[in-house]
Amino acid sequence: MHEFDLSSAIVATVRKHAGQRKVTHVTLRIGRLRQVVKDTLEFYVAIVGKDTVVEGATLEIIDVPAVLRCRTCKNEWEIEIPAFICGTCGPGAVEVATGEEFMVESIEVEDEESAACTAPR
Amino acid sequence: MHRTKVRVVEDALDANNTIAQANRADFDREHVVVVNLMSAPGAGKTTLLESGLQGLAEEGLRVGVLEGDVAGSFDADRLAVLNIPVVQLNTDNGFGGECHLDANMVRSALPGVPLPEMDVLIVENVGNLVCPAEFRIGEDARIMVCSVTEGEDKPLKYPLMFRACELVVINKVDLLQHLDFDVDRLEANIRQVNHAATVMRVSAKTGEGVEEFRDWMKALPARFFEDDEHDHEHSHDHGEPGHTHEHADHDHEHATA
Repeated sequence: MHEFDLSSAIVATVRKHAGQRKVTHVTLRIGRLRQVVKDTLEFYVAIVGKDTVVEGATLEIIDVPAVLRCRTCKNEWEIEIPAFICGTCGPGAVEVATGEEFMVESIEVEDEESAACTAPR
Repeated sequence: MHRTKVRVVEDALDANNTIAQANRADFDREHVVVVNLMSAPGAGKTTLLESGLQGLAEEGLRVGVLEGDVAGSFDADRLAVLNIPVVQLNTDNGFGGECHLDANMVRSALPGVPLPEMDVLIVENVGNLVCPAEFRIGEDARIMVCSVTEGEDKPLKYPLMFRACELVVINKVDLLQHLDFDVDRLEANIRQVNHAATVMRVSAKTGEGVEEFRDWMKALPARFFEDDEHDHEHSHDHGEPGHTHEHADHDHEHATA
């Protein structure tokens, strides 16, 4: 259900970087711990992006696994369920190594021939 | 038409976090500790405030409330008897609005909030276990209320929310005698996703355990401000990517780190 708001945040970030240029592709990097439903996100990005430069862009999501690290034993392991506990040392020193990402990684835009590139700023 | 790939590498919530930092700067300037209070609808946030904030001013703690609601001023009206500053913030367009507060909504309400008159501002978020956990509003601490009518497995279904909070108030414990509910299992599940959380068992209705909540509230200014020149708790918690959160290794707002 949070995908709508997250989609708005994504579209705003993409528009900021695209400016007037039409966006054809968006690559996102999203950690598993974000509990994002990809299909829903895609659906909402299309709605929120309508009538903007983002309309019609394809969406690619790089799925980042949820990996925990224990500061005591230095072990790292991937989790499939929300159990933030080290099998050896307990829960005290567990931190998230990866899985909390919510990044716009890159976008692909259409340039107006070469004019936009050479125009003085 | 030529296509160019543009490297972005930006947290999509940066825009919200930037406004949250501006809010935080305003709160810091007025020496107000801000608490983001979250829960599912009907868990008892407002009832907890009704019983928990009663008479705190006489004990030296001036508390104000910013009431976030999709519609109406029902909660603000209930709190009016407390004789404290209560400001209503509706996310509504007439038929129900946003499912959470974000930094910008709080910012837009700030001109109406008499910060100099308070030590602690409680922002009662919209009832929802998902979206509020995503959006920082400039708070120092996040607390959530979960009630014993909700099911022991909720921390495992909503780890994002349970991990974001430093205090979990288990409410409605007066109902336990009528329910087939294992409160120890709920607490174990909370611990499984958020080992560091403080957990309290409370009945906002009967007053059971509310004193512990009041003590937690009363300790807030000292935790966050009185030791200002030294390393008070939120000195590193201003929402910047790459910084670590001192009192919560369970935070998730620094995803770019």
